[in-house]
Amino acid sequence: PSSGATARIPWRPALSFSSSPFVTILHFLYKIMAVHGPFVKIHPVVLASIVDSYERRNEGASRVIGTLLGTADKHSVEVTNCFSVPHNESEDEVAVDMEFAKNMYELHKKVSPSEVIIGWYATGYDITEHSVLIHEYYSREAPNPIHMTVDTALQSNKMNIRAYVSSQMGVPGKTVGVMFTPLTIKYIYYDTERIGVDLLQRTRASPSRTNGLTTDLAQVASAAGHVQEMLSTMLSYIEDVLSGKVMADNSVGRYLMDLVNKVPKITAEDFESMLNSNINDLLMVTYLANLTQAQIALNEKLVVL
Amino acid sequence: ENLPFFITCLVVLKIIKHYQEEGQGSEVVQGVLLGLVVEDRLEITNCFPFPQHTEDDVDFDEVQYQMEMMRSLRHVNIDHLHVGWYQSTYYGSFVSRALLDSQFSYQHAIEESVVLIYDPIKTAQGSLCLKAYRLTPKLMEICKEKDFSPEALKKACIGYEHMLEEVPIVIKNSHLINVLLLDLQEKSTVADKPELLNLSSSNHLEKSLQLLMDRVDGMSQEIVKYNTYCRNLTKQQQQKQQYLQRRQQENTQRQSRGEPPLPEEDINKMFKPPQAPPRMDTLLIAGQVNNYCQNIKAFTSQNLGKLFMAEALQGHSS
Repeated sequence: PSSGATARIPWRPALSFSSSPFVTILHFLYKIMAVHGPFVKIHPVVLASIVDSYERRNEGASRVIGTLLGTADKHSVEVTNCFSVPHNESEDEVAVDMEFAKNMYELHKKVSPSEVIIGWYATGYDITEHSVLIHEYYSREAPNPIHMTVDTALQSNKMNIRAYVSSQMGVPGKTVGVMFTPLTIKYIYYDTERIGVDLLQRTRASPSRTNGLTTDLAQVASAAGHVQEMLSTMLSYIEDVLSGKVMADNSVGRYLMDLVNKVPKITAEDFESMLNSNINDLLMVTYLANLTQAQIALNEKLVVL
Repeated sequence: ENLPFFITCLVVLKIIKHYQEEGQGSEVVQGVLLGLVVEDRLEITNCFPFPQHTEDDVDFDEVQYQMEMMRSLRHVNIDHLHVGWYQSTYYGSFVSRALLDSQFSYQHAIEESVVLIYDPIKTAQGSLCLKAYRLTPKLMEICKEKDFSPEALKKACIGYEHMLEEVPIVIKNSHLINVLLLDLQEKSTVADKPELLNLSSSNHLEKSLQLLMDRVDGMSQEIVKYNTYCRNLTKQQQQKQQYLQRRQQENTQRQSRGEPPLPEEDINKMFKPPQAPPRMDTLLIAGQVNNYCQNIKAFTSQNLGKLFMAEALQGHSS
């Protein structure tokens, strides 16, 4: 095979340590010359989108692929969006609809002009030979693209999410191969995303996988319940320490001290007056709101007369 | 008959992300909801955002963007039925003519379509605030006739509370998504920031009250307009009556003198009734004021709860 062909060498963890020292050296060199730092930051919306595309895959397709969009800077990459790309895969060949990919990227750019193609994803556990080809295509679109795999078939009873970067390896002049090196994944959330995900987590508890959105006061009640749970956990731990069942830990003790001191020490009268003035404000606002509503209702009735 | 409809986790996350990235400040972001209708029940399974209306993109064709997006999504088996749209809101102000018109055109095509209102500021305060609204059938009738005169509205007995009806939302996730959520929870190292139990509320309250006051001002202006109209109408009626009376008198006088009576003139042409002020705007303002009041009351009840909690905490230590 000519020196331009990429040998299809799927990456196995054993390869870098037990095979030729040359590969190990290259692996080490790669680590030094990493273009992307070892971190890939992923937003949950990307993963949800991938799972959704997997659920909607065509008959007979064992996996889906798509483009990853996001931003990249010197130290890390942040994946914020993705879209799936139709492709056909069989034993000996793979066909990806590149026109589609380009089109979709243009459309997405209209909404968020700051997002660029930074890689691609595929569902499934392994990196296959076809992945190498697809990765090569994406190398033309983005400098040093990321490849992400999401194991939706739950091969190890968990959804394994991995990210890789590719690097060339081999002896120059002879067959060159491509090696995929794993990167560390960090999940990052915007504040509002985290709050949304918290709510979404609750569907796990219900048998019909559903969850309604609660009213405001009920939310405060549930947050209070949460705090209460945490307090009772702490109390039981303290009881255990006091009765000698568990070894006292100084750092935990310091945290507890901090916690108790965080409650502001205010004299009773001051606190009373602060509390009362706040409550009065809120009650007044409620009264005014009710008054306004009554007023417009009255106005409504008068006009209709 | 307001069955809750289903929405998946993907849609929620996408809406949150869209606002977060593209909609800072009081800009409103919008997008389209895709899904399907299953046995009278709406299921929203995906969505895509609409680009902002920028000044330098005058020739941007919205319809074309939408068509292309839907065509592409159909290729990857995403439901391409246009079941509604979403919009972000600033402190709850969304009851406007534009919203009404858009929602009407959606509901005209698909009966169960909804508009999802996402409140990012409220969400940032601790819990997801996503509400779905639909136009009531009465309002649909009125919009269809395009007749917003006071008589038509009076006939249909539409009050401001009967304009939009809220539809409860239920989040439904597939098993695979549940597995993903479990994974995320285990691996995520983000600390739990309990914004919900934050005591400082005056900023939010001030803003809401300010918006409420603006609306109430607008409302009072409308009321003044309406009052003037009523007064003008009654004055005109009086003038008409007087004119007719004078006519009568003159005619009897003439008859007594043997002259022919004056020809009947078209009084309607002489006394043109004053223009009735459009009632639709008043209705919209009333609806908006109502919405603000509801939000404020929910907010104050939440804060009262938090204050009592703080009191309990203080009580134990002091």
